[in-house]
Amino acid sequence: MSEYTIHLLVCGGTGCKSRTSHAVAGNLKAEIKNQGLSDVAQVVITGCFGFCEKGPIVKIIPENTFYTQVKPEDAKEIVEEHVVKGRRVQRLLYKDTKTEKIVTDAREMERYKKQVRIALRNCGVINPENIDEYIARQGYEALGRVLTEMDPQQTIDIIKKSGLRGRGGGGFSTGTKWELTFRNKADQKYVVCNADEGDPGAFMDRSILEGDPHSVIEAMAIAGYSTGASEGLVYIRAEYPLAIERLKGAIKQAREYGLLGKNILGTDFSFDIDLRYGAGAFVCGEETALIHSMEGKRGEPTMKPPFPSVAGYLGKPTTVSNVETFANVPPILLKGHEWFSSIGTEKSKGTKVFALAGKINNVGLIEVPMGITLREVIFEIGGGIKGGKQFKAVQTGGPSGGCLTEKHLDIPIDYDNLIAAGSMMGSGGMIVMDEDDCMVDMAKFFLEFTVDESCGKCTPCRIGNKRLFELLEKIAIGNGIPEDIERLINLGNVIKDTSLCGLGQSSPNPVLAMIKNFPREYDAHVLDKKCPAGVCKALMVYEIIAENCVGCTACARACPVGAITGERKEVHTIDTGLCIKCGACMDRCKFNAVIVK
Amino acid sequence: MAKIKNLADLRKLKDQLQSGTKSGGKSEHAEELVQVKIAMATCSIASGARETMNYLVDELEKRNIDAVVTQTGCMGYCYAEPTVEVKLPGRESIVFGYVDHQKADEIIEKYIKNAILPEGIIPVNYQKINE
Repeated sequence: MSEYTIHLLVCGGTGCKSRTSHAVAGNLKAEIKNQGLSDVAQVVITGCFGFCEKGPIVKIIPENTFYTQVKPEDAKEIVEEHVVKGRRVQRLLYKDTKTEKIVTDAREMERYKKQVRIALRNCGVINPENIDEYIARQGYEALGRVLTEMDPQQTIDIIKKSGLRGRGGGGFSTGTKWELTFRNKADQKYVVCNADEGDPGAFMDRSILEGDPHSVIEAMAIAGYSTGASEGLVYIRAEYPLAIERLKGAIKQAREYGLLGKNILGTDFSFDIDLRYGAGAFVCGEETALIHSMEGKRGEPTMKPPFPSVAGYLGKPTTVSNVETFANVPPILLKGHEWFSSIGTEKSKGTKVFALAGKINNVGLIEVPMGITLREVIFEIGGGIKGGKQFKAVQTGGPSGGCLTEKHLDIPIDYDNLIAAGSMMGSGGMIVMDEDDCMVDMAKFFLEFTVDESCGKCTPCRIGNKRLFELLEKIAIGNGIPEDIERLINLGNVIKDTSLCGLGQSSPNPVLAMIKNFPREYDAHVLDKKCPAGVCKALMVYEIIAENCVGCTACARACPVGAITGERKEVHTIDTGLCIKCGACMDRCKFNAVIVK
Repeated sequence: MAKIKNLADLRKLKDQLQSGTKSGGKSEHAEELVQVKIAMATCSIASGARETMNYLVDELEKRNIDAVVTQTGCMGYCYAEPTVEVKLPGRESIVFGYVDHQKADEIIEKYIKNAILPEGIIPVNYQKINE
């Protein structure tokens, strides 16, 4: 049995690969063979380490040495010095940019990593169906300390000082929210966890509930103690069956341990949690609509004030916070508000979980400190754009947010900067678009969603969004006139100003941001009747180039509507009147004779 | 499960769990065994994680390897689901991506049996606050 004792991991991520990491790996392999060490050491190419600016990366285990900016010619020295003699190659070790200190141990490297996991600290680490694994990682310790060592005001003060803001999109100070509920005297108060995650492409709340349900349960109990509530409710969409199952199981285990229920940990604080299911309406993520839905009424928003902290569920003071916000609470109480507020920017503290989606290599769930740039997120952690295509824009904040472009890549991401750039944090969806995405089509996509999800209560949202959508459709099929762009902007602004709730107040954002950032693309659709990205089908014309056509008839046989005619061995033609622009002919042609204009 | 009566009890339980003197349904000597964790969030399961988990449980038993196989939540590497983390005794844990039956077989035969690393490793690219 061969037992390798040394593994040399060479990063094969996009960044390192472009800097010849494969040659590094090749040279290392050759050198190991030269030295007769093929039975002892193994070279393996891995995925991205997330240190792209210092690539190519070579990590050697078991001793956890982390070499950066390794060149193919360094391979000899690494093998001779490190693998043979066991001495680290000092000049290739990572040097702290601030202290100039050399970092020898890869575990030390942890804190240089771009991602910091607070809300996701246990996701992918513990078994979510076993409360003991959560307790072994200091679970319920924060609740225990709060109940035995602190009064509600002290707890609120720590959360306030930490600078934690609502992660569902609003960005309101969580501590202040708790305090408002705490100050309102009532015989019964409630803590509500908003797990009605509705943004297309966002799935962080589901992942937290599925991967670490106890962190939310613990935080809800802490919020209950701090605000004076004895009942917690999780409003979760029925479309999340696994999250519901794990959450139910976790609540049951917490009750069995006495961490929920009467007299928790021998104190006089009692708290229990129940679930309420949503049917998946986007508007029910808005807190007043959510509360109405929980009460069994229609999921429609109402005017604020009164705020839920005054009159919420069943008319009682209620704190509504989002899943990710709750997941941040226990670590803040364990590690202190100074620790939390040391991460992030001046006004946005801590981390944010983002769901990377769209045309990006490493689609996934990431948690990064506030203040990181879009460039770092997309090109380093995300591994860049799929297929080496050109980055075009990224949509943040889902259907309520806006798109950010090349020129926004280097601004630090936080609540206020994103708003200043014409977008918003939202719940953390990031949909990356490349050169093949059409901005008229994307705006149409997001608007179609909001038109669908509008509850219909207020006119600007119900009718205004529909008209916006129709204008976009008109532009997409080539019937747009220059005034339509003006109309989109005017109508969009009216909808924003006059809608009742957050859904309508933000629904025109995607189209407005896209017009602002890509005016020429809108002009191309309206004036030239062209879709530069080649997405809007109505604006495309398929043609056969006579010189390339050999008359093989493959395209004519592929055409589902019989729009292509021509004799064998003769040049074929497409009847553009019949053509449905499905592209089947283009896919089938082996001679590049079919083009799209 | 007995109720936890106070904070001291909770801390005692935590210490016992950490030192391995009390196990939450796990083997008593988990540290000395091969530990296999499979990400089992909705999206992982949709990508075939359940089949991978069943295969690993069955095959490890068939091949007489003493291992603890557990499920966990989302590791965040959605592009590479199903993802599996393997910790061999005394070694750092390694995460593998795109683990279908063939890859799982490779992990058992190459890595678990012989400590040869197959291709397709995903380096952990985040800082954990609990460690």
